[in-house]
Amino acid sequence: MKRIGERRSSTTLVVTSLLAVLVLIWSVPIIGLLISSIRPKSAVQSTGWWKAFVNSSDLTLDNYRQVLGGSSYTFVDSAGNIVRASGDNLSQAFLNSLTVTIPSVIIPLLIASAAAFGFAWLDFPGRKTFFTIVVALLVVPLQIALIPILRDYQTLRLTGSYLGIWLAHTGFGLPLGIYLLHNYISTIPRDIFESAFLDGARPMVVFSRLVLPLAVPAIASLAIFQFLWVWNDLLVALVFLGGTDNVAVLTQKLASMVGSRGQDWHLLTSGAFITMIIPLIVFFSLQRYFVQGLMAGSVKG
Amino acid sequence: MEQKLWQHVLVPVGKILISILIPLIAFVLLWAGFIFLRDSNAPQTVIAVVAIIWGVGGVALLFYVADYVVNKLPVVLAKKLQPFVFVGPALAILAWYLFIPTVRSLYLSFFGPRSENFVGLKNYIYAFTDPTMLQAFINNLMWIIFGTGGAVGFGLLIALLADRSKLEKVFKSIIFMPMAISFVGAGVIWRFVYAYKPPGEDQVGILNALVTLFGGNPQAWFTLRPWNNIFLIVILIWLQTGYAMVIISAALKGVPSSIIEAGRIDGAGEIRIIRSIIIPYITSTLVTVSTTIIIISLKIFDIVFTMTNGNYGTEVIASMQYKQMFRFYDYGRGSAIAIVLVIAVIPVMWYNLKQFGKREGF
Repeated sequence: MKRIGERRSSTTLVVTSLLAVLVLIWSVPIIGLLISSIRPKSAVQSTGWWKAFVNSSDLTLDNYRQVLGGSSYTFVDSAGNIVRASGDNLSQAFLNSLTVTIPSVIIPLLIASAAAFGFAWLDFPGRKTFFTIVVALLVVPLQIALIPILRDYQTLRLTGSYLGIWLAHTGFGLPLGIYLLHNYISTIPRDIFESAFLDGARPMVVFSRLVLPLAVPAIASLAIFQFLWVWNDLLVALVFLGGTDNVAVLTQKLASMVGSRGQDWHLLTSGAFITMIIPLIVFFSLQRYFVQGLMAGSVKG
Repeated sequence: MEQKLWQHVLVPVGKILISILIPLIAFVLLWAGFIFLRDSNAPQTVIAVVAIIWGVGGVALLFYVADYVVNKLPVVLAKKLQPFVFVGPALAILAWYLFIPTVRSLYLSFFGPRSENFVGLKNYIYAFTDPTMLQAFINNLMWIIFGTGGAVGFGLLIALLADRSKLEKVFKSIIFMPMAISFVGAGVIWRFVYAYKPPGEDQVGILNALVTLFGGNPQAWFTLRPWNNIFLIVILIWLQTGYAMVIISAALKGVPSSIIEAGRIDGAGEIRIIRSIIIPYITSTLVTVSTTIIIISLKIFDIVFTMTNGNYGTEVIASMQYKQMFRFYDYGRGSAIAIVLVIAVIPVMWYNLKQFGKREGF
């Protein structure tokens, strides 16, 4: 489409200034967060963050040191006093988030791409029925599975374990993964498979040598969506990981900080920024895949 | 004689032994890893690394071993089982995590809090008559109407404007960025926006600062019924507008410029062109985006959970369900509410999938 506004400069001016206002409104909350996270406690508590633009002398990284630090943490504040404070151990939670997220992205993608290949290119009884059920499961919100699975986990002693939450994220991510990868894999030209099968290649070889490499763009988009979903998830972590400190992920820690440190804005803001940093890096470095992943993932149940 | 024995007995037996041994070793390896991860007190970093290797490697190993075993079987049987090496794991996990739970929840929803005594439709009667539940339904309706309307409306507006601007990419990036942020993170960001301090003190929340700047009284926004729901919905709009914008923007690029030119030649103004040509052209996209955000609003949980925990009349269906299950341990009511949620989502999702099938996935 042609850029219509470019013919009249007055229209362009109106458009740009309207956009600028909207973008400003959209970014003010994040700017406020960022600035508050590097202001000392006293300043955050007593004056609005926008005043840091006037008096920007006393910015500090102490808030980050404190929220990342362990149970007891000592630092020297800007006035030279030694302050002892209890940290929030977000560095541990950060590690936990990575431990939860990496397999929770790779495992469902492996299983989903294998299944998608099976549904698209292998013949077996009940293929259509099973695939229909998989697609139908897209409508089931995961809330429904919480109680039954939690009971199974209690029997299997899986509550609070990484394996438990990986499998949960795998289960909840599979319908979308299979559906989308099937859409993609089934469009790969038939000739490619046929010549491989004629050469006597086993399905596993065809899958790992041909299908996986060809499906990389789809897998990458899906990986980003699943990554965001798992990294930002609170509900599944709350239910299946439990609240113990040594497994709690960033979203859980941040949610509990909101409860226990409701007015400590200098810590909450830096904590929130720590939870956002990885998704933001992914966002800015892989924007194309990110957009595709989100668009593709928009039907997740 | 000896050589024949070797050929006819020992070799096959050895082969069988090996094909049993390999899965056995794989199984022992996986089991040992599982026990280690479940019970070990090793340092966090070690556990994390072992966990990642074990989890990812384990799945690959399972596929490999299953394929190996199937190929040791007689050809006819192998051919039949081969596809299940690929779809079997997925089907098993889906059955365990989604299919059976749905059936079980439906079953449990007819039983009392401890799932012991049959109560018939009592939990459903509760779900549709209890005042808090009714409040939750009304609130969810507000989320659907204002959340979806707001996100799609702003998304459309920004997409239309950005399409006419030279700085399109930059503007769109910024509007889209909140999509990367978790609901909890967004919760903190917005709690800070809405922060309240008694009158007379310096306000640290920007909204109250603006209110006092224009001579108003600072408000504790989250306690203002029923407007507090709107203040929560604003967060969803802030998060989801980017999504709506990106998809609408892609659809706008698909409107043929010849139609627009024709409209312009006929003397139509910019507003008229948007209303009578562009909007009708992208209706199906608008519907898809709306259904997606409707589903998100129906299932909204994290924002309410972190911001108000459902207090001050902000309860929604998903937060009620969470409370029934994990606060009151009433599995009957919790399951019934979950089923109600599924039934509410089904028509929207079904429609959404139908639309989705029409557009390109990637």
